[in-house]
Amino acid sequence: MAMATAPSDTHAPARWQDFLQLLKPRVMSLVVFTGATGLVAADHPINPILAVVAILCIAVGAGASGALNMWYDADIDAKMRRTRGRPVPAGRVQGPDAAGLGVVLSLFSVMLMGMALNWLAAGLLAFTIVFYAVVYTMWLKRSTAQNIVIGGLAGALPPVIGWAAATGTAPLNAWLLCAIIFMWTPPHFWALSLYTTEDYARVGVPMMPVVRGAASTRRQILAYTAILVPLGIAPAFTGLGGLAYLAVSGLGGLMFLLLAVRLYRSHAGESPDPRTTDGLYDVKAGAKDARNLFAFSILYVTLLFATLLVEHVAGLPALHLL
Amino acid sequence: MSDPARESETEAKARRGRNIALALGLFLFVVLIFVVTIVRLRENAIPAF
Repeated sequence: MAMATAPSDTHAPARWQDFLQLLKPRVMSLVVFTGATGLVAADHPINPILAVVAILCIAVGAGASGALNMWYDADIDAKMRRTRGRPVPAGRVQGPDAAGLGVVLSLFSVMLMGMALNWLAAGLLAFTIVFYAVVYTMWLKRSTAQNIVIGGLAGALPPVIGWAAATGTAPLNAWLLCAIIFMWTPPHFWALSLYTTEDYARVGVPMMPVVRGAASTRRQILAYTAILVPLGIAPAFTGLGGLAYLAVSGLGGLMFLLLAVRLYRSHAGESPDPRTTDGLYDVKAGAKDARNLFAFSILYVTLLFATLLVEHVAGLPALHLL
Repeated sequence: MSDPARESETEAKARRGRNIALALGLFLFVVLIFVVTIVRLRENAIPAF
C-alpha cells in the first residue's frame, strides 16, 4: 500500500491520523458495539481470543468500507460543510491511497474472519463491505431517495456477523437484531437530513427531504417508527431479551414514538420564515424536534443493545412470552 | 531559497509517523496470526495440548 503525501506546496502532508480518520472511527465504534452484542447474545461458547478477533475483523471491515466511501465520495464531500475537512477532499490523503487502504483492509478482514472463525461470518462480512461500498456508495446514494433505506442493510448486518462468528449459523433471532437496526436507520438519518437539507441539495444527493419534501419525510419517519417500536420489543418475545430488555424497549419505544409524533406535527425541514428568523444563531422552525429525535434515536439503539449485552453477560434469564 | 526537492521538517515528521504506524500495524498483524494459529491448533489439531 502506498502512503504518498499530497503535494507539499498546497496541502499539509498526510499523517497517520489522517489514515485512521478514513476508517470513520465513530461509525466503527457503533458497528463494533452491535457486532459484539450479536456475538454475546448467541450464547455459544467461544474462545475469548477468537471473539476479540471476530470483533476486530468486523471493525476493520467497517473501517475499510469507510475508506472506500471517502475515496469515492471525495467530490461531493468537498462541497458539504460537514465533510469538507475529511482527509481526501482536504487534500491530505490522495484518492488512490484511500482506495488502496480500503481494498487491503477489506481483504485482510474477510480472510482473517474466514480462517480464524468461519466462512459464513466471512461471507456476511464480505457482503456487507461490498454492499456499503458498491451498492450504497457508488449506486444508491446518488440515484434514489431510498438510498439510506436500502443501504441501511450494511449497517444492520454486524449483529448477524457477530452471531455467525460465534455459532457458524444465522438464526431468526440474529436477523431480528438486524431488522431493528434496519428499521431504525430511516428515522435516524432523515431526522438529521431534515436540518442539513441545504448541504445535500447543493451536491445533488437525493436525500428524502430534497426529493419528496419535508412533510413527506416527517410522515415516513413516523411510519418507520411505528414499525420499529414493536420490532424493538420483539426480542422479549423470542427468547432473546429479558425483563430489563422488555422495560427498556417498551419505555424507549414509547419515547421514540412520542418524539416522532412531535416531529410529524412540526415544520422541521421547511424553509425558515424570514419574519421569525433574523439571527445567526436562531434555530429554524421545527429543527429542534428533528434534533431531539436524532439525538434520542442514538440513545435508543444504544440502550437496546447495551441491555441485551448486559443481560447475556450477566446470564439473566430471557423471557419467552410467545 | 529553499530546495523544493528537500523534505521540510513537517513532511519528514509526518512520514516518520506514518512509517512507525505501518511498522506497528505489520507487527501486530504477525502477532495476531501467530496467536490465532495457536488457538486454532489447540482447538482442532492437538486437543490434549
